[in-house]
Amino acid sequence: MLLRLTPVVVLVLLVVPILAGVAMALLPAFGYLPALGGESFSLAPWRELLAQPGLARSVGISLASGLITTALSLAVVLLFLAVAADTRLDRWLRRLVSPLLALPHAAAAFGLAFLIAPSGLLARLFSPGLTGWEQPPDWLILQDPWGLSLMLGLVIKELPFLLLMSLAALPQLDAPRRVALARSLGYHPTTAWLKGVAPALYPLIRLPVYAVIAFASSVVDVAMILGPTLPPTLAVSVLEWFHDPDLAKRFLAAAGAVLQLGVTLAALLIWWGLECLTRRLGRRWVENGRRRGGERWLRLTGRGFLIITTLTAGLGLIGLALYSVAGFWRFPDALPTTLTPRHWQTALPALGGPVATTLVIATSATLLAMLLTLAALEHEQRRGRRTATLALLYLPLIVPQIAFLFGLMVLLESLDIRARLPLVILTHLLFVLPYVFLSMAESYRHFDPRWTRLALTLGHSPNAAFWRVRLPMLLAPILTAAAVGMAVSIGQYLPTLLLGGGRIATVTTEAVSLASGGNRRIIGVWALVQAILPLLGFILAMGLPRLLWSHRRGMQGAP
Amino acid sequence: MAGTKTEENPIETRSVLGMHLAKTLVGLALGLALTTPLAASPVPDGWQAIREQARGQTVYWNAWAGDTRINGYIAWVGQQMAETHGVEVVHVKLDDTSTAISRVIAEKAADNQDDGSIDLVWLNGENFAAMREHELLYGPFTDTLPNFALTRPADNPEVATDFTLPTDGFESPWGKAQITFYHDAQEVESPPTSIEALLDWAEAHPGRFSYPRIPDFTGSTFLKQVLIALTDDRQALDAPVAQSDFDRLTAPLWDYLDALHPHLWRSGRQFPDSGPELRSLMGAGELSLAFTFQPSEPAAAVADFELPPSTRSYVLDGGTLGNVHFVAIPFNSPHKAAALVLANFLLSPEAQAHKQDLSVWGDRTVLDVAHLDEASRRRFSDEADNPAMLAPEALSQTLPEPHPSWMTALQAAWQTRYTAQ
Repeated sequence: MLLRLTPVVVLVLLVVPILAGVAMALLPAFGYLPALGGESFSLAPWRELLAQPGLARSVGISLASGLITTALSLAVVLLFLAVAADTRLDRWLRRLVSPLLALPHAAAAFGLAFLIAPSGLLARLFSPGLTGWEQPPDWLILQDPWGLSLMLGLVIKELPFLLLMSLAALPQLDAPRRVALARSLGYHPTTAWLKGVAPALYPLIRLPVYAVIAFASSVVDVAMILGPTLPPTLAVSVLEWFHDPDLAKRFLAAAGAVLQLGVTLAALLIWWGLECLTRRLGRRWVENGRRRGGERWLRLTGRGFLIITTLTAGLGLIGLALYSVAGFWRFPDALPTTLTPRHWQTALPALGGPVATTLVIATSATLLAMLLTLAALEHEQRRGRRTATLALLYLPLIVPQIAFLFGLMVLLESLDIRARLPLVILTHLLFVLPYVFLSMAESYRHFDPRWTRLALTLGHSPNAAFWRVRLPMLLAPILTAAAVGMAVSIGQYLPTLLLGGGRIATVTTEAVSLASGGNRRIIGVWALVQAILPLLGFILAMGLPRLLWSHRRGMQGAP
Repeated sequence: MAGTKTEENPIETRSVLGMHLAKTLVGLALGLALTTPLAASPVPDGWQAIREQARGQTVYWNAWAGDTRINGYIAWVGQQMAETHGVEVVHVKLDDTSTAISRVIAEKAADNQDDGSIDLVWLNGENFAAMREHELLYGPFTDTLPNFALTRPADNPEVATDFTLPTDGFESPWGKAQITFYHDAQEVESPPTSIEALLDWAEAHPGRFSYPRIPDFTGSTFLKQVLIALTDDRQALDAPVAQSDFDRLTAPLWDYLDALHPHLWRSGRQFPDSGPELRSLMGAGELSLAFTFQPSEPAAAVADFELPPSTRSYVLDGGTLGNVHFVAIPFNSPHKAAALVLANFLLSPEAQAHKQDLSVWGDRTVLDVAHLDEASRRRFSDEADNPAMLAPEALSQTLPEPHPSWMTALQAAWQTRYTAQ
């Protein structure tokens, strides 16, 4: 009974706030916001928006970063999976996926910035020895006008996400047998995977791919650190208009937020068109009968790219760690002249409260999300078919945050709802639930139905089969999904600040407000703090099944 | 929360907000303050009542939190307030003051007249003008504060003027800022001391200077500084921009920037994000010359290992732009009494002297120190002798801010000229 209600609950919890928020953003976009003197509807905000210098370019870069980031990440994931074998390097690369996923976007972006800036770690390593630089070169690398560093920063974070999603979906395809069959027909293993497994894998990871497109086309924090500036991406422009002391710009910002929603939808449409094209052209390629081709090149790029991104993220983290203990650090010294614990000493006493709040919020949101996810999936299993409405789960990933958060805030204020902590938890749930569902769904759906059937045959009720067979056997994916959920919650900035009325301090709100001071040493400290919490979650998620099921090798989860 | 819904006017709203005693008390205090001469400032009865009402309240103070020193000072204020006034101060840490303003707007849009989430906000200039224009502030209240008289506003008009606009008592002065240039003396021996010399210096040292990207506050201040230095009609800047020929008046500014940009960091194709980012680039060795709006920032950065010990500060010949920053109370703050007590404490010689201490924050006082009593004056006397710090007399030449409409107009014009080139 309760199970049947799950889709409705999910719908109410997710869709209503977002649609209401978007509706509240649409009003000021058309000139209506009485608090700021907008008493009647007009197209003036749109005229002002179109007159903004560099608007076309902002939109172009948002679109491009959405599409190129996704295409690149997906290509590398597919190539890596095609060439991956059971070697130590590949196992190690697969294992690094989760920690990379745990790294908050802003921390990864700062790490990359500290690494590749003209005065960054890389330049310091080779200067003045190889380069002869006594001063950093005046090169436009970070925040380049083409958005290349932005895309690189996004790939570092999106690649692990798509890889994890693919690894979760792969088991139900029985890839080894597909490859074996193709190989018996004379196909080279890599080609066998690309022609035999990839086309079947893509539909299973399509929604995560869409989520990546939406995220990359509307991201704010990474784009502020790595993205172009004159003009910035559309999402950053919108945020700047929202932040403008001239309150009349709020109307412009609202129109911009609606345009951002349009841009994200356009990116998804373009991708969908490319999908159709690829399907048509790809079929010809799959059927052309060529057994091999370019294996060495594929092997190099597949592994190479993954190694490069992993190393980049790792070096970035090292850079953050160095800055967090650095005394004065003159260019081109590779290491700080002096080390000091002072930056940590100032930060640590202030850590307790925010860390506790962060954990309370993240745990609550994740537990709720897990409950809803399991209920929805179990309902689906017993009903025997997928619930179409669950596709709406992805709405929060597709509608940009800035498009609905301000509206949501006004709405909640009007309803006189001031329960700040529960509100923040529920808003986090908006973003945690889709990711938990994404991470859980495939494992749950491909769980061998014979286990449940066996339990039922032995006289157990469906509920007992769920609690005593399905749940324990799915412990590993459940914990991984929970760790993903925690990581998502920990990283939330705007929802925490706006819905919490500024009274709820989490690690991320502290980190972002301190980062606005531009002190690299303090950024280093807080980025690490922000990264450590989700990392602990992932370590627990990987460690617990091994501990609990130490006597059952098959239940210890993915390698 | 009941309460009659009085419209817009914050002075009227004040009377509905207090609910209990507050309205009568605050009203009484205002009346008293207006009739009492300011200089002597004996504690008026009304003020005593406000203090008693404040006891046990919590003030949510929304303030930019990008600097650990400022955060540390605010934490110290919180301790003092708890000990001496029984008021709890919560620092709501912001990355941008506009987030707090968004909050107040949302609350006003939702007709939340008396239970807002913000009790005190740190602001000035454009933000104040905007909040005042949209009637988001409570006041006038400064004359209620016994310590406000210590600023001697009659002799120091800057504490009651924000970007040429009279504050009308809707914000209380907290500290002073002024454009201060800084450089590494080991690298640059004789830095440029005028806007004209800056152009020559940049030509001689390509890629070693920049200013924050507009609409950043510090960057916009640089535009105003250049405009003041180059214009032949300074008086026009005191009036709203609509009253003068913007294109004609700003032509020398754009000519100057067109000439300057090719010699800037990244050839002027990219600009640092903010004032703090400028400092970060100085520390990383990407720039040789920079400026800040906080005169104590270079010295503080040396102490924090961000800049080399050979860092030196100076102001341009003829002075630089400066202004005062303030705290204000949103119209729907539920803890106005405690916010008033806090604003008053911030103006006390004790709090102002502690703030001016370079090892704490280094922000200059708004009090008229020369007219303080002997004991209070002594608190300010031990000026830190820090080589990276500006000599106090250097800050005597402060150029006033233009009317806030100039900032908006300059920002829009800059963005049109230099975005997406």
